[in-house]
Amino acid sequence: MNIVVTVKQVPDTWAEKKLDAADKTVDRKSVDNVMNEMDEYGVEEALKIKEAHGGEVTVVTMGPAKAVETIRKALSMGADKAVHLTDDSLHGSDALATSAALAKVISTLSPDLVITSSEASDARGGVIGALLAERLGLPQLTQARKVTVDPAASKVTIERQADNGYALVEASLPAVVSVVEKINQPRYPSFKGIMAAKKKPLTTLSAADAGLDAASVGLAGAATSVVTAVPAPPRSSGTIVKDEGDGGTKIAGFLAAQKLI
Amino acid sequence: MPDTGLTDEQEALRRAVAEFARDVVAPVAARHDEERSFPYEVVAGMAAMGLFGLPFPQEYGGMGGDLFSLCLAIEELARVDSSVAITLEAGCSLGAMPIYRFGSEEQRARWLPMLCAGEALGAFGLTEPEAGSDAGGTRTTAAFVDGEWVVNGAKAFITNSGTDITRLVTVTARTGGAVGDGGGDREISTIVIPVPTPGLTVEPAYSKVGWHASDTHPLSLSDVRVPAENLLGERGRGYANFLAILAEGRIAISALAVGLAQGCVDESVTYAKARSAFGRPIAANQAISFKIAEMEARTHVARTAYYDAAARALAGRPFAKEAAIAKLVSSTAAVDNARDATQIHGGYGFMNEYSVARHWRDSKILEIGEGTSEIQKMLIARHLGL
Repeated sequence: MNIVVTVKQVPDTWAEKKLDAADKTVDRKSVDNVMNEMDEYGVEEALKIKEAHGGEVTVVTMGPAKAVETIRKALSMGADKAVHLTDDSLHGSDALATSAALAKVISTLSPDLVITSSEASDARGGVIGALLAERLGLPQLTQARKVTVDPAASKVTIERQADNGYALVEASLPAVVSVVEKINQPRYPSFKGIMAAKKKPLTTLSAADAGLDAASVGLAGAATSVVTAVPAPPRSSGTIVKDEGDGGTKIAGFLAAQKLI
Repeated sequence: MPDTGLTDEQEALRRAVAEFARDVVAPVAARHDEERSFPYEVVAGMAAMGLFGLPFPQEYGGMGGDLFSLCLAIEELARVDSSVAITLEAGCSLGAMPIYRFGSEEQRARWLPMLCAGEALGAFGLTEPEAGSDAGGTRTTAAFVDGEWVVNGAKAFITNSGTDITRLVTVTARTGGAVGDGGGDREISTIVIPVPTPGLTVEPAYSKVGWHASDTHPLSLSDVRVPAENLLGERGRGYANFLAILAEGRIAISALAVGLAQGCVDESVTYAKARSAFGRPIAANQAISFKIAEMEARTHVARTAYYDAAARALAGRPFAKEAAIAKLVSSTAAVDNARDATQIHGGYGFMNEYSVARHWRDSKILEIGEGTSEIQKMLIARHLGL
């Protein structure tokens, strides 16, 4: 199995996130940056599939030079090699532009399986898996909480997380699978893994190396733009309903006013 | 990323352990402390990360790291919970290190793979009811009878000696006759006793002020018989051997103390920003912010001291004085920070559900274990020719 797993460096989930005042992109300089937490589940799943069926796991990321830290983490967890797409012209790419760039890189790797996470904690678009599948012309299996690969029959089956249970979805390989947190428990890198990661192959590509047209990526190529942004207002204290025999009526009235019932 | 002066790999290790401490250790630390239970599930997680094999070569199942990488892991664990940090420290520095440092190839091959994997824990029986800082006062004896060592005596405060996964205790014993027998008095050797072995009794766990989730027992040894090859290192070199082990252990304990001191800073910063009194966060009062600034300064100095001692040890330069200094200043910083953090937390600081209360109870032992502060001062003074 030739497995590609995408990862993304994001501002620390626990940190207060801000937008850059100048171009309204995510400010990555003022905070600690980490691997998108859900990507760890994607990497873990890729490693488990490799351990069960053999093969190779290639990590692909697009991001600034610092994003190599996230690649190293994936390699130290046990991935075999990595491709880092990095170029100033990629700055400000929206989901459409990002998926175009990643698809271009991934298609050169001829994967049997592409694994992404269901969403990244910074923009929370949750669309990269679907966009990648479309651009690569592969079947998409999203929101997987369990993945079963059958290399002999060249198919993959997932349990797709749904509100009231799960759906069994099957596709032929190659395919794109996006995973949710329920799927596994990511391993922590060991020191041996960390030291080994240093020696694993890492290919760094510029936009030109990847054959990308500068006009189609970055802020220039983005189909969407952030017009304005305001900080989330502090949470207001809720309404307290005192039950004087009519508590139920008051709550029902509140819910009706919110159009919830 | 903060400029810690660490290599990329050391920083990656530090981060990985910090995440593990935050996600796996923190949620259960208070419960294990309250229940005085050994956190087997946390230890299994540490084992899976290879932490117990950190300073050992890969040929024995280790991670190929060194004393300093072990210290970084211990510091990050202790930032959240001292009990799991001391379990790792003792497991590596006292359980496995003597086997690695002084063992024969057979002994290393027998014991190190399981110890490095964290599937088994080893303990080091040095302290006795009547011989602590004066380790030369050891009373436990090992007589060589019919090709076997017959060990008799008692050991006190032995970490990791009574867990379900404890597989060996290395004890120091007089092998030249009992105290008062004459010429052989000073001959002390180290002997590996597998667990279980008939005659070795692990007595009920102590009721301690802190380190509640760490496993500590008295041991009694009554005609414990082990084969001749269980002698660890040269006969009569036991005293020199454990002095070498203890000097490195001091650096690791110093890292643990720095972790606790940093944990107190972390908790205090968070609390001082969130807690309001008289209409503003208590952090706005210099009585609070200066206290936290002092805590941070102590922690920084203590960390610098242990980084320096570890660097000297790894470079093969003399480090005994620097290890003693690191142990002295970091344990003092830990106790001072724990006291100040508790004060900053007010009434909540006295409640066991707040981690600073646990840090406060866990801190005092750092001025006592692996050489008291007085012993450290004695060592430093000796280096000054006093």
